[in-house]
Amino acid sequence: MESLASTGYLLLDLLLKVVPIVGFFLIAPLVAGYIEHKGMAHMQDRLGPMEALPHGVGQLIADGIKFIQKEDIIPDAADRWVFALAPGVALVPALVILAVVPLGPGVFAENLDVGVFFALAVSSVSVIGLLMAGWASANKYSLLGGLRAAAQLIAYELPLVLAAAAVVLQAETLSLVGIVEQQFAFTVLGIPVPYAVPHAVGLGLFFVASLAELNRPPFDMPIADSELIAGHMTEYTGLRYAFFFLAEYAGMVVLAALATVLFLGGWYIWPGIAYPAGWPAWLTPVIATGVTVGKIMTLVFLMVWLRATFPRLREDQLQRMSWLVMIPIGLFNIVVVAIAKVVA
Amino acid sequence: MPPTVPKIGLLKGLALTLKTMMKPSTTAQYPHVKPDLPPRTRGVIALMEENCTVCMLCARECPDWCIYIDSRKETVPAPGGGGRMRTRNTLERFAIDFALCMYCGICVEVCPFDALFWSPEFEYSTYSIRELTHERDQLRRWMDTVPPPPALEVGAETPSEIETGLDKARKEAEAQISALLAAQQPAAAAESNGGTAAAVAEDEPHVEAQVDQEVYDQLIAEGASERVARAKAKSAYVRKERARLRAARDS
Repeated sequence: MESLASTGYLLLDLLLKVVPIVGFFLIAPLVAGYIEHKGMAHMQDRLGPMEALPHGVGQLIADGIKFIQKEDIIPDAADRWVFALAPGVALVPALVILAVVPLGPGVFAENLDVGVFFALAVSSVSVIGLLMAGWASANKYSLLGGLRAAAQLIAYELPLVLAAAAVVLQAETLSLVGIVEQQFAFTVLGIPVPYAVPHAVGLGLFFVASLAELNRPPFDMPIADSELIAGHMTEYTGLRYAFFFLAEYAGMVVLAALATVLFLGGWYIWPGIAYPAGWPAWLTPVIATGVTVGKIMTLVFLMVWLRATFPRLREDQLQRMSWLVMIPIGLFNIVVVAIAKVVA
Repeated sequence: MPPTVPKIGLLKGLALTLKTMMKPSTTAQYPHVKPDLPPRTRGVIALMEENCTVCMLCARECPDWCIYIDSRKETVPAPGGGGRMRTRNTLERFAIDFALCMYCGICVEVCPFDALFWSPEFEYSTYSIRELTHERDQLRRWMDTVPPPPALEVGAETPSEIETGLDKARKEAEAQISALLAAQQPAAAAESNGGTAAAVAEDEPHVEAQVDQEVYDQLIAEGASERVARAKAKSAYVRKERARLRAARDS
């Protein structure tokens, strides 16, 4: 009887964690997608979607319904199982990372001691999905796209990790919740500031590398529609194609969330400004989550802005930028942070 | 090639996209918001079939032969009775194939009887190319969308056909009024008849348009073109002259 009750609590605990994560996972990318649609449209002197509900807010929902109705085609020459599995493999990591990203005080599913390590490790799993898709499609464009994605991930995973490592050095913890709390207490010359101030270089590296990780323009060579016809997605149709899209937008949200936690002070409006203790217990997490989501969406807007502004780089320029510029800067950044940490 | 350093151009690009985002888009929400077209937009050619005499000039001048006209000969009694029967062309079919039409407007230009007009109507796209051949009933319906001709300049003479039409209408109205009055008070009818006619005629004294030299010189000095200055000077003269005549009449 007792074991039954504890199993029940376990299930309830699981449910309470999984449902909000999946909810956030499904809604936040829609908001990011809407920001992309409208932001990019207005930057190009267009209006963007206007027909589905007022100002086209329902456009992505309509798109989703359309994708469900589409025929699901698997090419004859494709490796059926790998082909069918690839979108899921690309999608799941974003969902898993959300389990460790804290949105507010107590608003997280798991506070892992190795949160940063876990998030960065899982985020690189998604490239296996792209590689699987590229290989299984039995299409030259897809294969090229998949290989480019793999090369790009290897090149840009390093600056991403190096930038995060500098923050970990500073905070002396790998836990994402711990980093937010450390950052709250952080001061430079007595002035409380988020890590973005001393780690401006790191933030830049992290942001640019996450653009490349996500295959977002101007680093979208793996899916370059004008040369590779959407790369690994060439042969995909219907819902599986939509999964890749969802993976891209969810990836934007997740990496923006990581950048928020690592550099922008997480759920606090500004380090040193605590939420008043007199508030009702439920209000603080709600406001804090709103602040985090606001910061995430600001970063998402920045990604859209860059996409609408800059043309695509060439593959060799991309590789050179990572290996010859960003990784050396990242290493140097760690050295500087380590010295500063010891001296201070 | 050594890695190139990003320069200020990157930020300029960002500033440009941000600026474009902030300013309102030029996109027109067409089906919801109708376009604000100039009044004499050339959208479609309308037919005033009452005016058409089947002279075929439009069909012959049409560069791509998109106007189809059929007619028959009809015999009608001579006007006024007596004499031999007259023959007259009557329109049987008038169609314009807007799939062929290149909207040059030559037919509208050459029509000597004011039967063809430009209409601003433009929403007549179809799913089939055949439906683009529009027959006389549709062309006549478009006639209702043709805007009235531009107003005449002040002081310009009313075209004679309008003047005669107005005269005719005025006489008819008077006849009706006098008939009414005659029915109501047969005794007073004869006197009132002449009085009304005089009042109508006196209402707006007729003035022959002349160039008011003073106004003309002033406008030229202000940089107006010769044509505009002359027109404005004429209208100024007419206004002044009318006011003078009216004052003289009233006193």
